[in-house]
Amino acid sequence: MWKKPSHSNPLTFSTIEPEKGMTEALRLSPAEIIENVKKSGMRGRGGAGFPTGMKWQFAAEAKDDAKIVVCNADEGEPGTFKDRYIIKIFGNLMIEGMTIAAYAIGAKRGIIYLRGEYSYLRPLLENLFEERRQAGKLGKNIQGIEGFEFDIEVRMGSGAYVCGEETALIESLEGQRGEPRNRPPFPVNTGFQGHSTIVNNVESFAWVACMFAKGINWFKSVGTDKSTGLKLFSVSGDCKQPGIYEFPLGIKVSKLLEAVGGEDAKAVQIGGAAGLLIPRSEYERTLAYEDIPTGGSIIVFGPDRDMLMVAKNFLEFFVHESCGQCTPCREGNEKLLEGIKMLEEGHCSMHYLNELIALGETMRLTSKCGLGQTSSNPFISVATHFRDEILGRTNLHVS
Amino acid sequence: MLVTKQNRLEARIREWVEQFGRDRSALLPILQEIQKKYTYISKHAMQVVAHELDIHPVEVYGVVTFYSFLSDKPQGKFVIRLCSTISCDMAGRDRVARQLQNDLGIKFGETTPDKKFSLEWSSCLGMCDQGPALLINDEIFTQVTPQKCHELLNECKKAFASHAVRQEADQ
Ligand SMILES: Cc1cc2nc3c(=O)[nH]c(=O)nc-3n(C[C@H](O)[C@H](O)[C@H](O)COP(=O)(O)O)c2cc1C
Ligand code: SF4
Repeated sequence: MWKKPSHSNPLTFSTIEPEKGMTEALRLSPAEIIENVKKSGMRGRGGAGFPTGMKWQFAAEAKDDAKIVVCNADEGEPGTFKDRYIIKIFGNLMIEGMTIAAYAIGAKRGIIYLRGEYSYLRPLLENLFEERRQAGKLGKNIQGIEGFEFDIEVRMGSGAYVCGEETALIESLEGQRGEPRNRPPFPVNTGFQGHSTIVNNVESFAWVACMFAKGINWFKSVGTDKSTGLKLFSVSGDCKQPGIYEFPLGIKVSKLLEAVGGEDAKAVQIGGAAGLLIPRSEYERTLAYEDIPTGGSIIVFGPDRDMLMVAKNFLEFFVHESCGQCTPCREGNEKLLEGIKMLEEGHCSMHYLNELIALGETMRLTSKCGLGQTSSNPFISVATHFRDEILGRTNLHVS
Repeated sequence: MLVTKQNRLEARIREWVEQFGRDRSALLPILQEIQKKYTYISKHAMQVVAHELDIHPVEVYGVVTFYSFLSDKPQGKFVIRLCSTISCDMAGRDRVARQLQNDLGIKFGETTPDKKFSLEWSSCLGMCDQGPALLINDEIFTQVTPQKCHELLNECKKAFASHAVRQEADQ
């Protein structure tokens, strides 16, 4: 069953002529494609923001005859739903992007790692593959290019947020528990079954196809110097028009809130559970890699929201989703959640609160993967910006 | 389990192994098929898979217990997963949760004695602009209200009644 977003603004993806991006890109040499992606300044749309062209170049330079292009469709970050929408409405654009990547790095095999929660999208993707095979856009000699062979399969996740982390994703593809690996080595060198692998987000692939259709200079002309291009945002929470929105990177928080009808928000969570909580005083900050980086999750909190409950919800999430491999994350999140319960019951001293914040800093520094490195963010943000709201509670607060 | 049922399980697993291959990377797709067909992955199923892929059964157990969509205990025909994330929380998921428990007579993490329904929490379902959201097996439902729970459960019961006969024969 398909649900369209409650609200949206006009999206560039819907103005792109089908197949134009791929046709244009495949006229170039692999090296030229990579040069163009680098020139565009494009950075990954999945959250971490690694320069896409550079990632592709590392993979292109690797000597390996079984390179792999992986599309990360695990979209598990709380508050994110734009990838689901892209797959459903602009699936071909994403596949065009994957095909361009395959040509650029010299890969024959593509895998879309689709989260188990989206299994209803699987038949749609498989239909697209079949149509493209029939049309000579997947398979052998794509677009008449002698020797260019590429095909894609879907692999399903099984309900583990951490599998969105690229090395955990690869572990999962290999039939293992989704426990992140140490990096380096990076997947571009040692990825799926030891082969050079690029992992990119659904939206990243779609933008690549889009930039070859509309021109690299067009892409560069929007956004900021360090954060070029447009970005999709998944907006939910206390606002009048939640939904999917496209904005240039560099947009101010206040502008975004205006567009979605969330002007009276007392805080906004940007980047999901692992992201940052921005209080009212910081609404003039910008959504860009150089200021607040984000995979696009925007959760709006109205004036009456209890921020302690927000932090609690996120910590429960992390306690559940930590893979348990390393101690700071496995134990640290539990400790922070205990701290929240103490605050809830009004038993937390200022001294202990500061200890918990210090623990959060330690987790950030010592955890193995991005999950543990960011999971204390919501706690630290709430404890920093909303101290008066969370300290000295009486039981009246406990429901 | 009756011998015939056991034989059938083994035969099915071997078919999936043929389909997905004997490589370790085939493990998750095979387990996902078993889960779908049998609502869980029994110890015996784990042993058969381990044998087919030539890995230790504990390796299989480790994988089954890692992923929340794989279960080592029998689940209901309908697995209801209510999104626990903050956006659905703010949209009123607690009352939906309460009503689901009332109507099913079980708590989260439990399965009804007739093995029709299991009730689970889920992390974000990606329906944040139209919560509360829940999945029933592969199907997504949004803007669920306490009153709507009853309707949804009734739909499932109807579907179950019409499939039950065929499913019995198929076991
Ligand atoms: C805990 C965790 C979860 C992640 N989940 C996702 C995800 O669901 N989707 C995604 O694209 N990237 C996710 N990432 C980021 C990936 O590791 C990786 O950086 C990304 O897929 C690279 O693609 P991009 O450069 O195109 O953004 C996650 C990272 C961490 C640490
Ligand atoms: S930080 Fe957490 S999720 Fe990441 S490897 Fe360590 S325990 Fe696992």
